[in-house]
Amino acid sequence: MSEQFFEVEGLNTWFFTRAGTFKSVRDVSFNLKRGEVLGIVGESGSGKSVTGMSIMGQVEKPGKIVSGSIRLDGEELTELSFDQMRKYRGRRIAMVFQNPLMTLNPLMRVRQQMFEAISEHEKVPAAQMRERSIAALKAVGIPSPEERLEAYPHELSGGMRQRVVIATALLMNPDLIIADEPTTALDVTIQAQIIHQMRSQITDRGLGMIWITHDLATLSELADRILVMYAGAMMETGATAEIIATPRHPYTSKLLESVPSNNEPGQRLKQIRGTMPSLLDLGEGCAFRSRCERASPACETSPPKRSFSSTHHAWCHHPIEG
Amino acid sequence: MQVVQTVFQADEVSRVFEPARGTIEKLTDRLTGKRPAIVQAVDRVSLSVAQGETLGIVGESGCGKSTLARMITGILPVSGGTRRFRNEDYDSFLARRRDALKVQMVFQDPMSSLNGRLKVGEIIGEGAVVHGIVPRSRMREHAAKMLERVGLAADSIDRYPHQFSGGQRQRIGIARALAVEPELLVCDEAVAALDVSVQAQIINLLMDIRQESGLSMIFISHDLGLIRHLCDRVAVMYLGRVVELAKTSELFANPVHPYTQMLLAGMPRISTERRTFMPIKGEIPSPLNPPSGCHFHPRCDRATDHCRISRPDLREKVPGHLHACLNA
Repeated sequence: MSEQFFEVEGLNTWFFTRAGTFKSVRDVSFNLKRGEVLGIVGESGSGKSVTGMSIMGQVEKPGKIVSGSIRLDGEELTELSFDQMRKYRGRRIAMVFQNPLMTLNPLMRVRQQMFEAISEHEKVPAAQMRERSIAALKAVGIPSPEERLEAYPHELSGGMRQRVVIATALLMNPDLIIADEPTTALDVTIQAQIIHQMRSQITDRGLGMIWITHDLATLSELADRILVMYAGAMMETGATAEIIATPRHPYTSKLLESVPSNNEPGQRLKQIRGTMPSLLDLGEGCAFRSRCERASPACETSPPKRSFSSTHHAWCHHPIEG
Repeated sequence: MQVVQTVFQADEVSRVFEPARGTIEKLTDRLTGKRPAIVQAVDRVSLSVAQGETLGIVGESGCGKSTLARMITGILPVSGGTRRFRNEDYDSFLARRRDALKVQMVFQDPMSSLNGRLKVGEIIGEGAVVHGIVPRSRMREHAAKMLERVGLAADSIDRYPHQFSGGQRQRIGIARALAVEPELLVCDEAVAALDVSVQAQIINLLMDIRQESGLSMIFISHDLGLIRHLCDRVAVMYLGRVVELAKTSELFANPVHPYTQMLLAGMPRISTERRTFMPIKGEIPSPLNPPSGCHFHPRCDRATDHCRISRPDLREKVPGHLHACLNA
């Protein structure tokens, strides 16, 4: 079995609306090994969440995967029918969203929801479902899981709810977990707890995880590799230390500079000028060129891939040379 | 000794919320002798802001920081304690409507705090006109000036809030607050919903305004990085109480209270090394049923029997550095 069990190649997901075509994801490629965490970082409109939805096969009209390949252990997911994909979701690929109340049914006890997640995919006696549910809740650090099984979502705190969602995602022992801003709505101390538990689950079970976030600080402490996206396109990818210590793309570098902890307290923050362009009229060239200090007429053409190590690449005409 | 003028001061302010109860519920309560559940959202908090100073208030969800903000701006009355503005009793200050405008608030979600049916020029200018700061004939001019001050084009006055991006809307919210010439600006999670690059722009804007006008600010956030960057002093809240209050540099260098230490340890930092996240003990207890004594004792490694019984008051460790820990 190849080490890279999951691959996305040349993914294009576009939204066809009356106002025009929004090219939300343009030519995105990456891969993942078992036990590895890939962080996808970007601001709103960067296409990071649409990338996650594309993998889950949950892009809805007027959106469409226009081209590209998504492969899990060599099997092409973009060619699967709706019913075939349903068998994949939850069982081999699970997703965790920012707001656990969106995932959990407020009218069902935790037990019912977890049992349903199992019985959707296999027939097992109730006693066994119960055993597995309790084990999953324990794995994410929920105290007295037997009692929590009987609780309704509103009876749990925000951090507890998100842990129930994660436990449910782990139930079928998936190969890949896609987590879209899973700890953004949570408090700092709870966030640290949940990250700790997820990280150990990934290492122990040899899962792959894609962690989608806008928060570079959290990623820098958690991810093995980082992919930086902007306006639907890949800007830079590399091992976490490479991205944080030697960013090559001007966007990555500016993004890191604007984080308060990278600035002298009380001084003006280094900011990126301008705003993100509309996804409607991007044209050929680099999406960041209108805000970039290094931009030249060359940037009107599509940016070349520049490699700085076997893992570190940036798509830029004028990368920052170390 | 330098004379620092205090703009706003709160002494032991509290706020209690009771659930709304119908006649039948009240009756059953009386028959069964049950006391309705109350939430002590803010519990005897004292703090002050000096002229030109920025005070940060940091804490996790449910710690009462937003309730405190609403009491500071006068949106909510206090259940106990006193508030003073420039040494005047707050209720008589608020009763003079024109003066009450001197305390303004910027909210987290600009979309729900800006009236979507009004043009931006009206949103910004109306308060100033109604309170006689500018005549109606000069409203548009005044609004345009405010828009330019927050870095938006003056000709935006005829557009509606939905025609702007999130960051631009937050600028409009700030322009609206500035239009009535406030002396104290209370920002409640004002940049929490914004992207990192936009967040930096808004923080810079607030810092510029502060420098130009000597405005005092209360900056409420759960983001320790922002608090550290922007604030002169910080109050840390836990379940309705202030547990530590100190100058920002002092608090981040020498946190005394175990809760502050836990918060700082959990704060994500940009690093080139993967961190081994340490499991943190316990959950935030429900404000409906807070632990006895020191609210933090069930999560604290240093807790003793004393902590379980008596409520620690704020005490001074070194001059200007207050904390509420019995064992520090």
